[in-house]
Amino acid sequence: MGNVLKCKFCDEVATVHLTQIINNKIHKVDLCENCAQNKGVSDSEGYSLAEMLMQTNIPADQDELQAQCQSCGYGTSDFRRTGRMGCSECYTTFEPLLEPILEDMHSGLKHIGKVPAFALNRQSFLTQMNNLKVSLARAIESEAYEEAAQYRDKIQALESELQKEKSSSS
Amino acid sequence: MIESIIDGKKAELTQSSKRTSPVVLSTRIRLARNLVGVPFPQRANLSQRRDVLSDCVTQLGRLDIMKLGTFFELEELSSLEKQVLLERHLISNELKEGAKGCGVYINSDQTCSIMINEEDHIRIQFLKTGFNLKSLWKRINAFDDAIDEYLDLAYSKDLGYLTACPTNLGTGMRASVMMHLPGLVLSGNMDKITRAVGQLGIVVRGHFGEGSDVTGHIFQISNQYTLGESEAEILERLGNVLKGIIDQEINARFKYHEEQPDLLLDQIGRAYGVLQNAHVLSSNEAMQVLSLIRLAVDFGFLPETRRAEVDRCFIECQPGHIQYDAKTDIEPELRDIARAAKLRSVFSKLPPLSFDNKDESK
Repeated sequence: MGNVLKCKFCDEVATVHLTQIINNKIHKVDLCENCAQNKGVSDSEGYSLAEMLMQTNIPADQDELQAQCQSCGYGTSDFRRTGRMGCSECYTTFEPLLEPILEDMHSGLKHIGKVPAFALNRQSFLTQMNNLKVSLARAIESEAYEEAAQYRDKIQALESELQKEKSSSS
Repeated sequence: MIESIIDGKKAELTQSSKRTSPVVLSTRIRLARNLVGVPFPQRANLSQRRDVLSDCVTQLGRLDIMKLGTFFELEELSSLEKQVLLERHLISNELKEGAKGCGVYINSDQTCSIMINEEDHIRIQFLKTGFNLKSLWKRINAFDDAIDEYLDLAYSKDLGYLTACPTNLGTGMRASVMMHLPGLVLSGNMDKITRAVGQLGIVVRGHFGEGSDVTGHIFQISNQYTLGESEAEILERLGNVLKGIIDQEINARFKYHEEQPDLLLDQIGRAYGVLQNAHVLSSNEAMQVLSLIRLAVDFGFLPETRRAEVDRCFIECQPGHIQYDAKTDIEPELRDIARAAKLRSVFSKLPPLSFDNKDESK
C-alpha cells in the first residue's frame, strides 16, 4: 500500500474519491473528508465536478495571481479570461498555472514529438554566444587577458559561422 | 481577386475526379507554428502583425511548393471572397473574421494553404482527397522542415511547439478526416460513436469544424491531444479509429439495405428526382440530397465516376459559391433557385438508377 492518495486541497489522506465524465472526459478527484464536506461533495445532488475543476485549475495563491509576462505584459487575469497565451515567453511566466490545465487537456505533459533541428541549433547558438560573452566580461574584469583573447576568438568564430549559415539560407 | 482559385483547373477538392473513395471525402493535417520574439497575433499590435506577415510571405515564397502559389491579404478581399475560401476549406472562420494584418498563401493545386496571423503566426494546412494520413504527414513534415530552416520558430524541449492556445501545444498538429456517414446517422448510431471515440481522445465535429452544423451527413473527425504523444502515435491511433468507423459505417449501410430496402431505395429515388427536377433548393436540402446520391454511387446504383461530381457540388452549392457564381449580390431565395438550376445542369445526364446492382461499396 505504498500509494496513499492525498487530498487535492490539503495533504490529508483522501477518503472520498470522485469520478465524473465531463465532455466525454473522465475526471477523477480525491478528497479528504473535511474538504469533501466543505466543498459540498457529500451532497451528491446537483454537484458538479466541472465547476470545482474550473475553480481549482488555477491555484488560489496570491503571488501567482499577480504574475505578469516580462516580455509582452500579459497578466494572469488575461490568461484566465482568454485561455490563451500572449507570447511564447508566457509559457515560462505562467508555468506553475499551466500544469493542472495541461493535465486535463492532453494525454501527457511532455512533448515527445518532432524536434526542429534549425530552431534548436539557433537557440544553442544564442546560449553559447551568451555564455562566451559572460566569460569574456569576467576575464577582462579579472585582467586575464590571454583568456579573454581566447573567448574573443571563439565569439568571432561563432559569429562568422552564424553569418555563413544565414547567407546560405537567405 | 480570387478568380485563380475558383477557376483553377487543378483544385484538389473540386477537380480530382479519379481519387474519390466511399466514406472518406478528404484528409487534412494542420500544424500550428509561431515565431520567437513576437507576441502571438491576438496580442501583437498591427505593425508587429504586418512585420510577421511580410516576413512569412517572403520566406514562404522561396519554397518550391509555393512557387506558383497565390498570396492574399485578407483586408483586400471582399467578405464574399472570404466566404468562398472558407467553403473551400482554404481559410478558417477565425481568419475570415480576423483583424487587420493577416493573410493566406495558397499553392497552385490548393493542396497547401498557409494562414498567417490566424490564432498562431503560422498555420500550415495540407489537404488531399481520400484517406491519406501517412502520405500527407510525410509531405507536411518535409514542408515544415523547410520552414524551420527559414524562420525562427518558438519551441521548447519540454512543451514542444509553443502555440497561442495551450490546446495545441506540443506537436501543434491537428489531423482531421472528412467522413460521409449516412449509414450511422440513419441507423441512429452516430451519438454512440461520437461518445465512444471521445474517450479515445478523438473529436467529432460538423462539416466546418467547431460549432458548425452537421449537413449532408458529413463529419470532421480529428485528434484532440497534441502533447504527450508523437505525431506518428497520434496518426496511428486516429487512423485505427477511423478504420473502425469506416467498418461500422459500411455495416450500418448493409444492414439498412437488408432490413429496409424499400425505405432506402425510396429515399435515394426521391433524392434523384429532386436533383433533376427541383427549382428551389436550400443549401441544407441540397446537402441532404447530394449525400443520398453519394450513397447511391457507393452502393453501385450509379456509376463510380459520378462520385467526384457529388463531392464538387458539396462545396460549390454552399451559399458563398452560389452567390459568387451569380456575379451579383442575390437574395437567399434567388440563391436557392440558382442552386437548383446548377444541380439540374450538373446532373442532367445522370444515368437512371440501377437498383439491380446490389454490389455494396468496398
